[in-house]
Amino acid sequence: MSDPTGHLLIVDDNKVNRLLMSRSVELLGHRVSVAENGKIAMQMLHAEKFDMLLLDIEMPEMDGFQVLQALKDDARLRDLPVIVTSSVEGLDNIVRCIELGAEDYIPKPVNKTLLRARVNSGLVKKYLHDEQRKLLSRFATDEVARDLENSGFSMSGKRLIATVLFCDLRDFTAMSEHMAPEATIELLNTYYTLMFEAVTSNGGIVNQMIGDGLMSVFGAPKPIENSGYCAVLAAQEMLEMIDVLNEDRSAAGEPSLKIGIGIATGEVIAGYTGTNTRATYTCIGKTVNLAARLEAHTKVAGKSILMDQDTQRELGEEILCQPIAPVQFKGFTNPQRIYSI
Amino acid sequence: MNELFDRKVIAELSDTMGADFAAELITTFLDDAPNMFADLGTAVSEQNPDAFRRAAHSIKSNAQVFGAVTLTNLARDMEMGELPDSATSVDKLQASFEQTAAALRGQLDE
Repeated sequence: MSDPTGHLLIVDDNKVNRLLMSRSVELLGHRVSVAENGKIAMQMLHAEKFDMLLLDIEMPEMDGFQVLQALKDDARLRDLPVIVTSSVEGLDNIVRCIELGAEDYIPKPVNKTLLRARVNSGLVKKYLHDEQRKLLSRFATDEVARDLENSGFSMSGKRLIATVLFCDLRDFTAMSEHMAPEATIELLNTYYTLMFEAVTSNGGIVNQMIGDGLMSVFGAPKPIENSGYCAVLAAQEMLEMIDVLNEDRSAAGEPSLKIGIGIATGEVIAGYTGTNTRATYTCIGKTVNLAARLEAHTKVAGKSILMDQDTQRELGEEILCQPIAPVQFKGFTNPQRIYSI
Repeated sequence: MNELFDRKVIAELSDTMGADFAAELITTFLDDAPNMFADLGTAVSEQNPDAFRRAAHSIKSNAQVFGAVTLTNLARDMEMGELPDSATSVDKLQASFEQTAAALRGQLDE
C-alpha cells in the first residue's frame, strides 16, 4: 500500500531548518507550507486546513509550548496531530511537549526514515479520526457530534430529563415476505432516511435501529428545554413524510406504509455502553420502557402517535391532543394517562 | 574525522536530496549565520537570557545539520549555561564558526 499524503505545516524560526524540513517532507510526497514562528502558524491554521503540524520549540514571538497550549484550547484544532521536531535540551522539555498533547517527538537533525514513519503513522491516525467524525455525524446532528467530541466520549452515565421516541413500521415483516430482498432493503433505507431527517431537524438523535424500528432521543446528550415538544414535532413530520412516500407508492401500485410512534418524557440514564472499542450512546430507564409500550399500544388503540402526560404538558394549546383511556402497562405500578394527536 | 564538519553527512545530504540542494543549504547557513551571531551579541549587551539561549540554540541546531561537532559543542555549552556578562564566549564561538565556514566554503568549491 502506498503511503498516505497530506498538507503539512512546518513551523521553525531558523532558515536552514525550514529549508531542510520542507525538502525532506516534500520528498516524501506531501504538500508543505512553512511558518517562521508560532504566531504566524496559528494564523495559518485558522485560515487553512492542514493535516499535520511539524513544530519547533525554541522560537521568538510564540514558542512551541505556547502553540501546543493554544491548539489544546481550540476545539477545532485540538485533534490536529503535532510532531515536535527540535534539538531542545533536556528530557523534561520533551515530556512537557507530550503532556501538552504532541503526538510524537523527533530530535534534530531529523532522521529521514524516522520522519517518514512518524508522519505516516500520524496521518493514518488523523484520517481514521476524520472518518470516525464522519460516522458520528451520521447518527447525530453536527451540534451533538461536536458536543460528544468536546466531552471526550466519556463512558460514564448521566441522569437527565429527556424525551424518548420509538417508531415502528407496522406489519413490515409480513409485507416484506412478498418483496425481493433488494426492494426490502431499499425501502428500509428510504424509510430510515426520512425518519432520520425528521428526528435530526428537530434536534434529536437516532440512537438505535432494530429491523424496521428506531429509537431516538431528544434532550440528550445535549439538553433541550422543550424536548417533548421537539419530539412531537418530529413525530408529526414523520407522519407527513410517510404520507408523501405513500402517494408515490400508491401511484406505483404498491401497498401503503403505516407507522406507529410512542413518546415519553422523564428521567433517563444516558451514556455510552459497550466497550472501549465499540460503543453506542444509549438511554435506559422507565421513560424508555414507557415510550416503547406506548408505541406498541398504537396498534391496540388504532392511533398513529401516542404520548405520556409529561410530554403532553409541554405542548400547550398549539398542538391539540385527545386523552384516551388510561392503560396499565406491564412493569408500571399505576395506570398511565395517555394522549393521542 | 574532521571536527569542523562531517564529510559523510554532507555526502548523504547530496545523495538523498540532491547536490544542488546540499549546496543551497550550506549557502543558506553561511548567509544566515551573521544574523544569529548578531542576535547573540544583542542578547549579551541587553542581558536577555531567553534571546541568548534561543540564538545559541539556533547555531547549535544548524551546526548539527552539517555534523560540525566542535561548533555544536561550543554552542550547546552556551545554550545550557548562564548568560555571560561579556562577549568573550561569543567571540570564541564566532572564531569556531569562521573555521567551520571556511571548511564548508572549501567543500562548496570542490
